[in-house]
Amino acid sequence: MNNNKNEVLLNGIWKENPVLVSLLGLCSVLAISLTIENALGMGIAFSFVLIMSNVIISLIRNIVPSEIRIPVYIVVVATLVVIVEMLMAAFLPALYESLGIFIPLIVVNCIILGRAEAFASKNDVFDSFLDAIGMSLGYTIVLIVLSMVREFFASGNITIWGNLQLSLPEKVKEIFADFFTDFFVKPPSAFILLGVFIGVANIINNSLKGAKK
Amino acid sequence: MGELITLAFTAIVIENVLLARFLGVCPFLGVSKKRDSAVGMGLAVIFVITLSSVVAWLLYTYILVPFKMVYMRTIIFILVIASLVQMIEMFIKKISPALYRSLGIYLPLITTNCAVLGMATLVADPSYTFLTALIFSFASAVGFLFVIYLFSTIREKIARGDVPKAFQGVPIALITAGIMAMIFSRFGVLNL
Repeated sequence: MNNNKNEVLLNGIWKENPVLVSLLGLCSVLAISLTIENALGMGIAFSFVLIMSNVIISLIRNIVPSEIRIPVYIVVVATLVVIVEMLMAAFLPALYESLGIFIPLIVVNCIILGRAEAFASKNDVFDSFLDAIGMSLGYTIVLIVLSMVREFFASGNITIWGNLQLSLPEKVKEIFADFFTDFFVKPPSAFILLGVFIGVANIINNSLKGAKK
Repeated sequence: MGELITLAFTAIVIENVLLARFLGVCPFLGVSKKRDSAVGMGLAVIFVITLSSVVAWLLYTYILVPFKMVYMRTIIFILVIASLVQMIEMFIKKISPALYRSLGIYLPLITTNCAVLGMATLVADPSYTFLTALIFSFASAVGFLFVIYLFSTIREKIARGDVPKAFQGVPIALITAGIMAMIFSRFGVLNL
């Protein structure tokens, strides 16, 4: 039983990673992956909505008639997103500005409705809670790694939050000055890097499968 | 007039809804394997985006702002879009069964297309007038059709090519989209 719970939690991080394996919610991943600060902010907002929606939908799963379940899920998710929007606008206005329309767009993020439909509507509250945590972590980790790569290759710095910044020594930066390019800040790099990420994840998964056999 | 043309051209090519704004990437990857389905999806998207953005702009300007309910826009827009899509589906089914057969299967998918809610949220802003909101949303949707059609023709070719196993399907599609995005972004130097 305990093993089972672990599996539910860990599934989202690698084996069924919502971005790399299920290929859901790619819009926000592509758009938000510019700095770790944005990635963390988006990750927190997304996790809050996913965890709450999974728990709520799991709680009401026996009450809602199956014909109208999708509209009900959408209303639940939209309400949660409005709560997040208002909280962020009040407490983190700078971050709210830079995430822009991608906060309201959490409503139509396929991962959230997908987990509601595929998991929370069939499992009990605690399992749904664990599943949501695993999926949120999986999503946030991909977002952070992608942001790290993009910011590093664009400027040689990695901003974690506010003024907290890791950067290469100035000397090294001078030597590699031609190597950093603002290509990695522009939209095309997001598509290409995410494609490479998914490809590499496939290679790793295939070799893991091969090793098991 | 010139301004409107610039607005439309920018929305179609330079700031393409897919390649520069990252809206609607899920259906972009999902339905672009065949040319026919890409065109069907694109047409349905034009229909829904234009209509829902105009409705969103009207609701925003004449209801949400006067009654100070702007914070409710996400919930209201998603409900409006969902019921609008349902209505369009019933309407097309009644008016033209042939059109319904070619567009119908894409309509339910559109409710969760983030380009639709995204455009509605973008035009719900005091800086847009009715006319610019209409042109901007229509042109963006045309940009969606344009890119998804080009992309589907490329994908049909790639499907026959020799792609490493791990990169088949979505990874190579994303890389292709990246190269397309590079090309499209270069139109920015036209400096309209």
